[in-house]
Amino acid sequence: MTPLLEVEDLWVRFPTRTGLFDAVRGVSFKLGRERLGIVGESGSGKSMTGRSILRLIRPPGQVTAAHIRLDGEDLMQHSEAQMRKVRGQRISMVMQDPKFSLNPVMSVGEQLIEAWRVHKKGSRAEARRRALDMLEAVSIRDPERVMRAHPHELSGGMGQRIMIAMMLIPDPELLIADEPTSALDVSVQAQVLQIMDRLVQDRGMGLIFISHDLNLVADFCDRVLIMYAGRVVETCAADKLHEAKHPYTRGLLNSLPRLDAPQKRLEVLRRDPAWAQAPSVRPS
Amino acid sequence: MSALFFDDVSVWFGEGRDRVDAVRHASFRVGHGESFGLVGESGSGKSTIMRALTGLAPDWSGRMAVNGNPVPRGRHRNRLFYKSVQMVFQDPYASLHPRQSVDQVLSETLHLHGFRDIEPRIVRLLDDVGLGPAFRFRYPHQLSGGQRQRVAIARALAPEPSILLLDEPTSALDVSVQAEILNLLTDLRAEHKLTFLMVSHDLAVVAHMCERIAVMQAGEIVEVMGVDEMRALTPAHSYTRKLLQASLGYTRG
Amino acid sequence: MTEMTGLRAWLLTDTPQSRGQARLASLYQGWLAFRRNPMAMFGLAILIALLAIGALAPWIAPHDPFYQDLTARLQPLGTPGHPLGTDSLGRDILSRLIYGSRITLYIVTLVALIAPLAGLIVGTVSGYLGGWVDMVLMRITDIFLAFPRLVLALAFVAALGAGIENAVLAIALTAWPPYARIARAETLTLRNADFISAVRLHGAGPIRIITRHIWPLCISSLIVRVTLDMAGIILAAAGLGFLGLGAQPPSPEWGAMISEGRRFILDHWWVATMPGLAIFTVSLAFNLLGDGLRDVLDPKGEK
Ligand SMILES: Nc1ncnc2c1ncn2[C@@H]1O[C@H](COP(=O)(O)OP(=O)(O)OP(=O)(O)O)[C@@H](O)[C@H]1O
Ligand SMILES: Nc1ncnc2c1ncn2[C@@H]1O[C@H](COP(=O)(O)OP(=O)(O)OP(=O)(O)O)[C@@H](O)[C@H]1O
Ligand SMILES: [Mg+2]
Ligand SMILES: [Mg+2]
Repeated sequence: MTPLLEVEDLWVRFPTRTGLFDAVRGVSFKLGRERLGIVGESGSGKSMTGRSILRLIRPPGQVTAAHIRLDGEDLMQHSEAQMRKVRGQRISMVMQDPKFSLNPVMSVGEQLIEAWRVHKKGSRAEARRRALDMLEAVSIRDPERVMRAHPHELSGGMGQRIMIAMMLIPDPELLIADEPTSALDVSVQAQVLQIMDRLVQDRGMGLIFISHDLNLVADFCDRVLIMYAGRVVETCAADKLHEAKHPYTRGLLNSLPRLDAPQKRLEVLRRDPAWAQAPSVRPS
Repeated sequence: MSALFFDDVSVWFGEGRDRVDAVRHASFRVGHGESFGLVGESGSGKSTIMRALTGLAPDWSGRMAVNGNPVPRGRHRNRLFYKSVQMVFQDPYASLHPRQSVDQVLSETLHLHGFRDIEPRIVRLLDDVGLGPAFRFRYPHQLSGGQRQRVAIARALAPEPSILLLDEPTSALDVSVQAEILNLLTDLRAEHKLTFLMVSHDLAVVAHMCERIAVMQAGEIVEVMGVDEMRALTPAHSYTRKLLQASLGYTRG
Repeated sequence: MTEMTGLRAWLLTDTPQSRGQARLASLYQGWLAFRRNPMAMFGLAILIALLAIGALAPWIAPHDPFYQDLTARLQPLGTPGHPLGTDSLGRDILSRLIYGSRITLYIVTLVALIAPLAGLIVGTVSGYLGGWVDMVLMRITDIFLAFPRLVLALAFVAALGAGIENAVLAIALTAWPPYARIARAETLTLRNADFISAVRLHGAGPIRIITRHIWPLCISSLIVRVTLDMAGIILAAAGLGFLGLGAQPPSPEWGAMISEGRRFILDHWWVATMPGLAIFTVSLAFNLLGDGLRDVLDPKGEK
């Protein structure tokens, strides 16, 4: 069976004043109908990897790859018009910053209704009903009021959940979620994760879950890529993440505060320039 | 006398059918030099409590006091208030003016508080938050999320406040930077004898930073517990139990 | 990349050492981005040429723009001594165009100073304060927006009396409402931003917040808008001149020149066409410049 997504030798480069900057360097991976976590520190190229699958890198940024295949079709060969069909219909992405992704002068309800009607030709009343259902699905209290609210009237976590609701409208084959739960409390987070989980289990959706929460990724995902300076430095089964060997991964794990063991000071990651030099690891 | 005192505080937004009772009858106090945590459901009013205290959410009832001085109604606070209470916002990407360099941000802040010796103070503030002088003339787009959050902390420290309100100071940052910022806050607290009121949805972070923790749900404080109870997973309220349970890890359902 | 010279390296450093250097460096980087757009550079070149022509008019104009030679009326293009011909009173068209550039620049500068500034003040105050202030100011703006631009300008000029200053005033009065709208919309998205809350927590009052924190973020979109509107402003001034309500004869204002030339448009087409071409060129230049500035000032604005 062909995997849902195959990425081979992906590079993202930005021209800067001092030459080309490689934000992503030779990343390759395959994704089935499963949950793939991408973790790594800030600036390691997680978001750029996600965005380049949708070919959403703005010029002057450049994306090159041997291929990015979705169900066997090479997205790199697609025209911009074909890509527009893929985006939203077949692949959805929850962007990292909900505040910037929502329109500040339009009410949440209008935005949800519009998003629904773009994908499913239906009446306004139907769209409205579905929008309310979606808000309820992401455990928003008082959805009627939230429909009328503008983005600045929402708490940080509510904005994030609305983004997720919006991305799930078109029933995508692949969902790329860029830090979708960073502003949610643990119990709401669990509910949101359950929604995604069901989509993977029942509908066979593929999920790329970008996060800096290592514990969460270890519990929630099937496999994990660990990125550093644009490369994949290590890859492992998610439940083996806590046994990871790479000193970078160990450093990240050790800098987490723990509920069960009080510490005076948290450990801070010490970076080794050699990590950035080694070539990307290919997941099996 | 406590550093922060909240008695039967309710906060609401809007009116008529759009009225939201974001906080209902919240009462708690934070002692001098204490670090107090607020956790709870997303949208339960944690940020709102801080915003009401600082005048960013003007409609509230009940009583609030800072160092024994009652907090007035409305949006306005006096100089003394702004000098003693400062806030660090949730999103480091939204809390710095995009067209102002670090230097402009800090010098304007110092100027607003009537300091004369602005130059040496900027140097000291940057040093306090672990940013070298190289960062002084950078613009926000030239800083990483962690560096921005340090600038936001430097700005909050500028008037030498005794109370710092921290609204999820690390939720937008990765774990290695989170460790740096939390260490920084611990050091600053010891050095300047600060009082913290801190919101976080990461229970391990709150446990690391705070001595007492209030749990909020749907606008109400359902429980105030000590950190040891929390670590021992022996809360009194069922919602807190649920929260702690969820924090132990995602279980596939 | 070629070897960096000292000045270039100083301007492009990631670690400026002083306020001045930081400011210059960000200006220089804007310039570098602007320079990459050839069409915008072309527009800029035309406008610089226009400035130079206006400044050097007495030296480069071959004739006195007011000198009438009734024996040499309506000479065609390419007449010796009159490369662009002469008009119905025998005045040299090239010289009149050269002197006319001063009037165009004068109008453009005044309108570009008054209208966006008025719009900026009204829009940001209205957006930031909200409530009844917003209601009142926006109703006034709506009233202005409800009338067609030229009709309103005509009404103003009719009330104030014909003349170049009054024409400028009339155009400025009709041009500000769209700027107020833009500024208000931007302010509405900014006023709840965390960085505005943060300065409020340091005791900054509304005047300080509006002028120091909100204006700098609105100004770039206004500058772009003004440059793009500039063509319309020049045309409005020309239109008023054409209707005899702007610059008065014998002033060599381009619109007034077209108006004079229209009587001979069939037999002596160049008399009206040459000033028309001048207006077209300058308008185009402003449009190109505006496009280039938009890319530099708000790169995420389009597409
Ligand atoms: N327009 C750009 N020009 C130059 N470099 C850029 C640009 N956009 C992003 N980068 C760089 O690309 C690198 C990867 O960025 P990316 O957003 O993928 O990081 P990330 O892993 O998602 O980090 P975070 O956890 O902070 O979101 C960063 O070092 C960033 O500075
Ligand atoms: N300006 C506003 N206008 C109207 N309602 C608001 C406003 N700000 C907040 N609210 C509402 O108040 C409630 C509490 O919001 P608040 O931001 O305090 O939540 P929170 O506990 O900080 O949540 P999170 O953890 O998601 O940040 C929410 O229902 C929100 O919609
Ligand atoms: Mg990212
Ligand atoms: Mg909040």
